Amino acid sequence: MKYGRLLFANLFRKKTRLVLTIGSFTIALFLFGFLAIVKEAFTGGVDIAGADRLVVINRTSIIQPLPLSYRDRIMRMKGVKMITFANWFGGVYQDEKNFFPSFAIDIHNQRQVFPEISISDAEWQKFAGDRQGAIVGAATAKKFGWKVGDRVPLIGQIFAGTWDFNIDGIYHGTRAQDDETQFWFQWDYLNERIPEHSSYKGQVGWYTVRVEHPDDSVNIAKAIDAEFANSPYETHTDTEKAFAAGWVKQFGNIQFLIMVIGVVVFFTLLLVTGNTMAIAVRERTSELAVLKAVGYSDRFVLLLVMTESLVIAAIGGGLGVALAKLWTLAGDPTHGMLPLFYLPSRMIGIGFGVALAFGVASGLIPAITAMRLRVVDALRRV
Amino acid sequence: MVRVDGGGNSSLIQVRGLDKTYRRGGEEIHVLQGLNLDVDKGEFVAFMGPSGSGKTTLLNLLGGLDVPSQGSISVAGDEITSMSRSRLTEWRARHVGFIFQMYNLIPVLTAFQNIELPLLLTKLSKSQRRQHVETALQIVGLSDRMHHYPRQLSGGQEQRVTIARAIVSDPAFLLCDEPTGDLDRKSADEIMGIIKRLVKEYGKTVLMVTHDPVVAEQANVTLHLEKGVLVEGVQSDKFAGVSV
Repeated sequence: MKYGRLLFANLFRKKTRLVLTIGSFTIALFLFGFLAIVKEAFTGGVDIAGADRLVVINRTSIIQPLPLSYRDRIMRMKGVKMITFANWFGGVYQDEKNFFPSFAIDIHNQRQVFPEISISDAEWQKFAGDRQGAIVGAATAKKFGWKVGDRVPLIGQIFAGTWDFNIDGIYHGTRAQDDETQFWFQWDYLNERIPEHSSYKGQVGWYTVRVEHPDDSVNIAKAIDAEFANSPYETHTDTEKAFAAGWVKQFGNIQFLIMVIGVVVFFTLLLVTGNTMAIAVRERTSELAVLKAVGYSDRFVLLLVMTESLVIAAIGGGLGVALAKLWTLAGDPTHGMLPLFYLPSRMIGIGFGVALAFGVASGLIPAITAMRLRVVDALRRV
Repeated sequence: MVRVDGGGNSSLIQVRGLDKTYRRGGEEIHVLQGLNLDVDKGEFVAFMGPSGSGKTTLLNLLGGLDVPSQGSISVAGDEITSMSRSRLTEWRARHVGFIFQMYNLIPVLTAFQNIELPLLLTKLSKSQRRQHVETALQIVGLSDRMHHYPRQLSGGQEQRVTIARAIVSDPAFLLCDEPTGDLDRKSADEIMGIIKRLVKEYGKTVLMVTHDPVVAEQANVTLHLEKGVLVEGVQSDKFAGVSV
């Protein structure tokens, strides 16, 4: 640390420039964090999708229903361990901006098919016995200040009218990526209120099938689709991962878009910080020459400049990533459009690593220039 | 004793057949040509000469900041012309103190911190370093300015800090390139007073480049460089044993 004073005195030589350079790293890394959050929001479901789960939808479109009778037929098929179903409800709370995913679910098998969901048995039992009962994710409950025992009305966007529910329980995810924004209520309650003449009466939105062995998933999917081929309700079955990936694709190539934005931002950052470091070295050429004259080695001068660059990158990058993380703690700013709104730990690490890499890259040429500086030439320039 | 005929054999500094040639725009410029020099310990030598005569080049070569095209330089038995760049850097740290015309202090460090710089390369403890710096400051008479930044010092005071930085690691000899070139007469006299004290009281060997005859007069010996060749020498009345 005996060289710390020299290092920090140089760093703080031009405070405005230091703040602006750190600021450019902070903004770039905040943007990196933002892009990582968006990517995760769109693709996180793909990463955590159960390898042993299949999703069965209507072959025409996911908005077309499937008969409830398919449940037992699928359940009887070889390799199927459990099956559950759900309907998209699409309700909002008080106002359209208070949107969150709401589903009418099968209360019997939901927990067996989605074991990663954590909720107490007592709450689930209460929910199962309450036709107007609802289970809500911890994030949504927190957002609206709901607690068990509250009665909340949802306005149906697809199934018109006001629907009253009793909050019987609050579920949590067991992994950081698990979506804690959903709202579940009994499919029976939905079905009761659907008019007799509606095409949705007695129909479900999709089935989720849990298989005995993930290796059999593809064959079972084919068998399910074959079972219902040439029927009025043909099916399209996919693994949950493929289903989630297909869902993301509807929004375009998010990964590519994010990569392009990221490359442009970081290339610009490299030019800005590289130029700044080059100016910083150039304006103290004579000082570096004096350091060498009094006995500091070329390698020391190289390390001094590189360390300055790395310190700027570490502070700026760290701040940027920290700001992005703080932003996620405030919750999804889109009011439910991005239920997986979080910055994964690995992306924090990658972000910090990227910042350091750019610190090295932007400092390398000025540092090599400083290292190669000949004392006599440098002093002659003064 | 100072000799320029190549006849000495036990001097602190021995220069033999020193050539330095630069190539500029396809033309070879012979800055130094077959220069010989012997300087004993404790001598104070001034180099004078017109611009471009090779004074600063000679000083740079003697300080290991530049390498000759031909010839050899030996300091206290160390043949510095055959040293690698990194070894030469280490050698400079131990044996040479530099005093520049433009001071070349680091503006973001205080006087104390500037003087301490060469000591950071040593194994001295923090308190030992402090002791050395305070001694150097005392010698140049700037103990009360140790926490001032260069911008808070006058030109003469800045040059005194430079001298303190040059002597803090107790080098064998000092190289001064126009040490008073940027100072008024009064400050110049003060600086020369300090340099002379370093020679007389501390036994330092000083090699100085100057344009100023008044300054040069204060050295034991004045050597004139013209077009890269030592052409004459002047011995101060105060000193004996000069052979040119």
